[in-house]
Amino acid sequence: MSQSPTIVIIDYGVGNTYSVINAILRLGYTKVKVSDKEADIKSADALILPGVGAFDEAVRNLKSHHLPEVLNETVLIQKKPILGICVGMQLLAEGSEENGWHEGLNWIPGKVKKLELPPSYAVPQVGWNNISFNNRDPLFSRTAESPNFYFDHSYHFETKPEHRLAWCDYGIEVTAAVQKDNIFGVQFHPEKSQTNGLKLFRGFFNSI
Amino acid sequence: MLKKRITANLVVKNGIVVQSIGFRKYLPVGKPAIAIEYLNQWGIDEIILTDISASARGNGPDFDMIKKATQKCFVPLTIGGGITHVNHIKELMHCGADKIALNQAALYKTELVTEAANIFGNQCVVVSIDGIKTPDGYRVYDYLQKKITTHEPGSFARLTEEAGSGEILINSVDRDGSYLGYDLDLVNQVCAHVRIPVIACGGAKNATHMIDVLKHTNASAASAGNFFHFTEHSVNITKAQIQKELDVRLETHANYAENSWDNHMRLVKKGDEVLEHMLYVHIEKELI
Repeated sequence: MSQSPTIVIIDYGVGNTYSVINAILRLGYTKVKVSDKEADIKSADALILPGVGAFDEAVRNLKSHHLPEVLNETVLIQKKPILGICVGMQLLAEGSEENGWHEGLNWIPGKVKKLELPPSYAVPQVGWNNISFNNRDPLFSRTAESPNFYFDHSYHFETKPEHRLAWCDYGIEVTAAVQKDNIFGVQFHPEKSQTNGLKLFRGFFNSI
Repeated sequence: MLKKRITANLVVKNGIVVQSIGFRKYLPVGKPAIAIEYLNQWGIDEIILTDISASARGNGPDFDMIKKATQKCFVPLTIGGGITHVNHIKELMHCGADKIALNQAALYKTELVTEAANIFGNQCVVVSIDGIKTPDGYRVYDYLQKKITTHEPGSFARLTEEAGSGEILINSVDRDGSYLGYDLDLVNQVCAHVRIPVIACGGAKNATHMIDVLKHTNASAASAGNFFHFTEHSVNITKAQIQKELDVRLETHANYAENSWDNHMRLVKKGDEVLEHMLYVHIEKELI
């Protein structure tokens, strides 16, 4: 891959897009765009699907921007690498039970469920937690063992072990990262996890 | 395990970060962008920026100020002040906010808490409550009208949790800017009523106070405004001290393991020999 890949942060109305672009620009990438346009998405080398939002609202927004069709083609057929963040990661699932059952992009098997935790654990999980990963490459290739990241969520992605790339301990094993082929997702916020977050982005962009 | 959070409260008045004392007196500190940049470099876990002049102005959040302030923020940022409509929240998300804090809306327009939670998820909605001690117990204080309401902070927090709030920021009017330590009873009252995380604020002077509130209440986070502003590396130093007793995150390599502190938890100067030796220690800049 060329020195500076073209990165498109998908804008569907509910993401903290400004935070994400700030973090990526900080790493020195220059061809970074926040866009919902088909042409931009199809010409990107890597896609980021950010998210701060409720699942159903995120799905509704994706659809109203006509994004599921475009993304299915670019991600499933053209096999462009994509990184979902927080609710953007949950969108990769079959669906979520947040505010009633809603279907997701259905790219990675599994469902998004409310965190069912022992009573002493606050929900949502808010704060910095260490993660354990099964596979270092490519997302965690530059971080230390058991790095910490910032989490802020009430629901998590229950998926098959082979797709669960990382987890954190919060009374139960909470899915922290998922992967299937060129499709990646992280429950935490790398754009808000200081050095560890920037290292994760670097690992992802270096792999393309 | 999830770590306890050390967060910074930036109180902004007319575009300038101020030191707030007792909700009455405000001393200028500096530009929000610079405060945020430094707190980031010193490894703060989270920043809460509250614009106390926005609601009084009545024309929504100061988006320009916020956009300028957030460019060098790589930790979670909560923005509060002047939010009266979900469109304000949408706009704030494009200005670098990750969460929003509601105070007046929680008191007088609870449906905004619910609406915000339905769109952005409850994890995005922080309700900020100002508590004050009265002869009849704690009450919620309305900073804008400067009056004591009939709500009890604990049950009020519970009401906002039911409405969709995902986190409570409890501030003590009595302790604000006092350096007397957190109001542990107030924090405990709120924690006892909710399942969502609670951020304690108001009165912190140093790491000892933060350790106190994190050990003796169920608060998930200890927040401070004033004292972080006035010492170089205040955040690293405070967290290094707290880390001896509690699990907190250190962002930088500086863990101050070989330093000693005075009674006020201020750093004591190292010996001349040690300092001379340090001149020749080479620290590689970490490559990301």
